[in-house]
Parts: sequence; C-alpha cells; structure tokens
Amino acid sequence: MMAEQTVAERTITLEVFRYRPEQESEPTFQTYEIPYREDWVVLDALNYIKDSVDGSLTYRWSCRMGVCGSCGMMVNGVPKLTCSTFLKDYYPHPIRIEPLANFPVARDLAIVLDDFMAKLVHVRPWIIRRQEEPLEAGEYRQTPEELDRYKHFSMCINCMLCYAACPIYGLEPEFVGPAAIALAQRYNLDSRDQGGRERMGILSTHEGIWACTLVGECTTVCPAEVDPAGAIQQAKLASALGWLRRVLVPWGNK
Amino acid sequence: MVDVLRHDLLIIGGGAAGLRAATAAAQLHPRLNIAIVSKVYPMRSHTVSAEGGAGGVIKSNDSLDEHIQDTISGSDWLADQDAVELFVREAPAELLQLEHWGCPWSREPDGSVAVRPFGGMQKERTWFAADKTGFHLLHTLFQTSLQFSSIRRYDEWFATRLVVENGRCQGVVAIELRTGQIRLISAGAVILATGGAGRIFPFTTNGAICTGDGMALAYRAGVPLKDMEFVQYHPTGLPGTGILITEAARGEGGILVNKDGYRYLQDYGLGPPDPWPRLRAMELGPRDKLSQCFVYEMQKGRTIQGPYGDIVYLDVRHLGEKKINEKIPFVRELARKYVGIDPVHEPIPVRPVVHYMMGGVHTDAQGATPLPGLYAAGEAACVSINGANRLGSNSLSECLVFGARAGRAAAAFAREHPAADLAALEAQSRDEERRITTTVLRAEGTERVSTLRQEMQLAMESGCGIFRDEASLQETCNRLARARGRFMRLWLDDRSRVYNTELVAALELDFMLDAAEAVAYSALARTESRGSHQRTDHPQRDDARFLKHTLAYRTGGAPRVDYLDVAITRWPPAQRVYGG
Repeated sequence: MMAEQTVAERTITLEVFRYRPEQESEPTFQTYEIPYREDWVVLDALNYIKDSVDGSLTYRWSCRMGVCGSCGMMVNGVPKLTCSTFLKDYYPHPIRIEPLANFPVARDLAIVLDDFMAKLVHVRPWIIRRQEEPLEAGEYRQTPEELDRYKHFSMCINCMLCYAACPIYGLEPEFVGPAAIALAQRYNLDSRDQGGRERMGILSTHEGIWACTLVGECTTVCPAEVDPAGAIQQAKLASALGWLRRVLVPWGNK
Repeated sequence: MVDVLRHDLLIIGGGAAGLRAATAAAQLHPRLNIAIVSKVYPMRSHTVSAEGGAGGVIKSNDSLDEHIQDTISGSDWLADQDAVELFVREAPAELLQLEHWGCPWSREPDGSVAVRPFGGMQKERTWFAADKTGFHLLHTLFQTSLQFSSIRRYDEWFATRLVVENGRCQGVVAIELRTGQIRLISAGAVILATGGAGRIFPFTTNGAICTGDGMALAYRAGVPLKDMEFVQYHPTGLPGTGILITEAARGEGGILVNKDGYRYLQDYGLGPPDPWPRLRAMELGPRDKLSQCFVYEMQKGRTIQGPYGDIVYLDVRHLGEKKINEKIPFVRELARKYVGIDPVHEPIPVRPVVHYMMGGVHTDAQGATPLPGLYAAGEAACVSINGANRLGSNSLSECLVFGARAGRAAAAFAREHPAADLAALEAQSRDEERRITTTVLRAEGTERVSTLRQEMQLAMESGCGIFRDEASLQETCNRLARARGRFMRLWLDDRSRVYNTELVAALELDFMLDAAEAVAYSALARTESRGSHQRTDHPQRDDARFLKHTLAYRTGGAPRVDYLDVAITRWPPAQRVYGG
C-alpha cells in the first residue's frame, strides 16, 4: 500500500500553450500539475487534463498508436507525435507543449492544415498512366525489389512534423515542403506510374525542390522513417539530369 | 442570408467506405456534384489503423465458394448468403482497383500480389501491405480521390442530424469546427460511412473517433439498427492501451500460450496443435472462439495477472528477426513502444479487446436503408455479411465492395431526386441549432462528459462483454438509462464557438449512448448463444427462434426489438467445425 501511495503522489508539470481566438489576442501558457504515470505518453496527460481539469483544452488525436498522424505537437521545442512520446523521458522536469511550429494556430494546440492540403493536391499524388489497363487483365506486376524503391516514401502519415522542423518552410511558406515532395517521389518511383515528368515540372522550381538546402531536420523528426530529405535529394538529381539531357541531347527527351 | 450548401450526393465519413463511395460515384457520373463531410481529415479516419489485410480470392488454389463458406461459418450462419456471394464475387476486382490506383500491396518474387493466411480460412487469401494495410489502403484511396474535381470536401465538419422531409433524407446539419457555425448541407442522397462504435467500451482497438455517429444519426431518423448485440473481441490487444496486434502475427506462425507456456487452444476443440501453422485450426481459429477461450483459461487460473488485467502471451520469436521485420514490422514497433518488449526476444502480452461492430444501420445489398435517400456502408452499416462474427480481413474488402455499391446506388437515386423543400430543411437546421445550444450547451449543469462516458463504458464492459446473462444485461440497460438521464444535466467548460472539441465530445457521447442502448437491449432480447453473442443462461444456438437478424428501433424509452429472416441460399445451418 505504501509503495502505491508514493507512486500516486508523484506529479509532473505541463506548461501548455493556450490560444482562444475569441477571447484572447495573444497566446498564453497555462501550467497544469497532474499525476505522473510511468507508462503515460504526453497525449495521456493532455487527455487527463481535458477529462478531469479543463474541458476547454483543444487538440487533435485519434488512433493513439502512431499511424493516424493527428497528434503532432512541439514537445520542449521538438516536433513529436504525442501518442508515442513518453512522460518518463522528461520526468521529473516540466514539459512544455506547443502547437507545431511554422503553422497558423486554429486554437490552443490545433494548427491550420490548409496549406499542406493544397500542396498535397499540387504534387499530383496518384498513379498517372498514358493507358489504364482493364481490371480483367489482373494486377500490374511489381517485384519486391520494385516495391522497395518507393515503399519508404509511401509510409508518410501526413503528421506535419517535418514541416514544423523545416527551417526553409518557416522562412518561405511557398516551399512545397518535405512530406509533399516525398509523396511526389513515392509515385515517381512506382513502377506502375508514368507521371514523373508531369510532377517534375511542378517540383523543378524554386518553390519545389530547389528551395531546400538539405538541412535534413525533416528526416530526423520523421516518426515513420520516410526520409523526406532523401526524396528531395533524389528529385534534385533527377531534375538536374533532366535539365542536362534537355540541354545536351534535346532529341533524347521525347 | 448565407449561401445554401447544395450537392447531389453527400457522403458522411472519409474512411475507406466513404472514399470508395465517392470515387465510384465520380467515376460513373463525372458531372455529379459530390461532397464528403468528415469530422476529421480523411487520412485520419480509423481505416488507417487496420493492419493485417483484406480478403479476396485471387490465387488459383482458392475459390469463391471457399471464401463464401468461410464467411458464412465464421458468421455462425447469421450472414445473408446472397449478400455474401456478391461480396465475395466483387471483392477481388475491388482489391485490383486499389492495386491499379497504387496501393503498395506486398508481392511474390514474380511480381504478383502476395496473400497470407488469416483466422477461420481454408485458404490463404488475405492481401496485405506488410502490416499497415489499412493505412496504405486509406492513403491510396484518399490520394486517388484528390484527382476528382467533382468531389468537394468538408474536412472537420461534424454532422449532428439527418434532415428528413417528405419521407426522404435530403441532407444533414453539420458543425464547421473551425468556426463553430451550424449549417445545413442539402443533397439528393446521403451515405453514412462513419465507421464503428468501439468507444462505447472502455477497452478497444478503436481510435477516439469511433463513436457510432452514423448509427445514431440513422437510429434517430427511424431507421433500425441491425444485429447490434454482435460485438467482436479481437483476441490480441495490448493490455492498457488496447492497441491491436494483428491476426497476421498468427497468420505468419505466431502462437498463443498460457502461464505454463501451453498452447491452450487445443483444449477447446481447435487442436491438435501440430503440425503448425495449419489453416482453420488453433491460433488460426475464428476471433470469437479465441476470445472466449481466453476467458475459459482465466477462469481456470491459467492466465497471467498484469497491471491492466489478465493476459496470455503471443509468441512470435520462432519466426526470427528477418521474417518479423519483413512481414510484421509494425507489430514489433508497437510492442517495443507500448509494452517495452521486443517480440524478437520476448513474447507479447495480449488480451481480448473490443474491435468491431458486426451490427449497424440496416441496409440491403445496395447499401439502401429503409429511409429513401439514405444509404450506409462499411462498419457503420449492417448488410449483413458478418452475421454473428466477422471473418478476419473481410472488413476492408467490405468497405470497398459496399462503399462502391452504395456510391453507385445513391448516385442514381440522387440524380432522380434533387433536394427540394429547402425552406423546410432550413427550419430543421435551425431546430437542430436550438437543440444543441439549449441542451448540450445549456447554461447550468453539473455532469462532465468524461464522467458519463466512463460510466457508459463500464456499464457496457460489465454487462455486454464476451459472456453475458440476463441479470448483467438488465443491469447494463438500467445503468445506460441512468446515464442518459444524467446527460440532461451536462456541463461543458468550453463555451467557445471556434473549434469546440468538448462540444464535439458531448455530441459523440450523445450518439454513443444511443448505440450502446441498441447493443444492450438487442443482447438482452436474444436468448441464445451465437458467434460473438454468448449467453451463459442460454448457451446453445437456437436456429428455430433466432436464425434471424435483430432490428432495434428507437422509441422514447427502451428500443423496440423486431426480427428479420436471414437469407439462406445454398449453405444450410450446420455446426462450426475448426481444428482437426
């Protein structure tokens, strides 16, 4: 019994970014001291606050298993999925929770995603073919090796951590950004797709891949091991080779 | 005067069923004006959490008849056999369509699609994308949908009521979360593709958004909920969180052992244990039976006590690191992250967890409900192909097959029935706004959303779990009625309009109380045991009285329960035989 009581008395402090656009012109930080549990993630702590302390705290979450991409926030200044960020990695120090950087804030910890949703459509993330085969012809053959070429870029959960980490996106909001470029490259590398040139026309601009200075923060923070920096580097190489081919062998680019 | 939001076809929900409905309608009728209303961005939908795969006959050693038989015996003969037949016939083309749209299905060395075994199957027929199949399927569908300019999206709009005028459904009232505005969205036809209701229970694989919204919307509009008493417990959830460990772990050869390291399933008619792996036996038995076996083991004192209830072990160590990384990498990641063990070196603690609602909005095989203009598909609907226990890997395929069917049927209806009576619809919208502001956002109250939600969940777990009896079910019904009463004294901390997630949580709780009530009363009325519905006071299946679908209708008090014959064509009811 004693041991249990001691455990129950342990607490942790969360400093949470609050912004209610109807009531406040400036954001503030609100401090909550809540029970500390060894196996809680940051999202559990936020849910504790919402359920038991302050129902007005606003944030997004759903799957709590790192795959729906809803619950990204800045945790002590670093973009994280709060469903897989454990309190024990910070305890006994306080934890500061803020909305993902580089995005407008809708309210409290919920950001506005409009910009990414527009950029996602912009890179044409679907299979483009000159001739669609009928379903009766069966599946397009794709060997495990061909699958491996794009598979990791297909793992993007659209959680926006890479945009929050990207210093270029912070300075140049026009930049298409890591996740959208990785998804474009995911289709470019898919053996079933023939839309590479169409997408390269979109990517081979300053706002596309060339704004990126290969800081690599996107790959560092990615919770799905997508490696957007690698995608951007590959696309840059393909774009440069395409340019060389057009300049040096214009007849070879038909 | 604000603009009227008008569409031909309105789809509520942006998961697999909703997106497939939208793309099917858009492909068939390029000029149809289609809209998807979703309370989350579509890529956040719970389809994303499906892991193991999607069933569909493609290999030459398999046959449609075997998939049909597996589905029907899995359902304990409560599935409609005509619906199962067309489902099985259409599933392969739907999975191929996803392949053509870019889904990264795992492959054989020759480049053909690979399949894996799943529980309750005579043949390997589960298509998979490693063990994130739902994630890949959802993102493929969503990204594909972006090329259709005829599909407009209302992302983060929460539908709170169907508008019914002149005897047909003509749209919804919805809250735009970012502004808090309550708006009418009118349409010629509406499809509910809102997913399941696992969150009526405390321990579930389901994400926070699975709150039975579409079920309650239909129920309130007078449409019956069918077979709601059938709740699937998945045998392998992580203790504490309820995170799903996919059946594919057993499909690839994983075993379940009790505290003595003994493969206990052999004691319950699923053995012999060897040779292993073996189809339709032991760990590849159906989910309902495996979850029931866990309870028997617990009663015998042969499970392991843990901080979040009793557990058994799922052991995949013998598969080796290479195969684990290749076939079930997500299982490894989840186990390491959430229970701190590496399945390559240690067995995974698991316990049964609420996973799937076999029941849902009563529809026919076109997705049509009894209310003209209203359709439903996916987990929100009950056609029924799942009967008393869904065959693993049928749910993603069901979303595709019946999503597409509902999309086409609703599009045809919408083309003939444009939304009319706009003034009357607007009046309903104002009524709904009044209901929300005067009841849910009332000026005084004492009850917290979380308190009532927890009370509902505990009531469901104690009375509507894997085993049930009359007394426990009656007690659950009583507790739910009291929770419904307390809901009338709700208090919200959040009084803002912009992005009021507490208001959404309150309205979701309102929906869940309806869904929970339908589950509990339907279970009370079915005095037999079948599939996932096990009554300790009525342990036998009773085909004479209950080879029937339950239909629960909403009333002021306890729901009215009625029955509907099951469609039996070529497969007369028989005993379910596994193992051997």
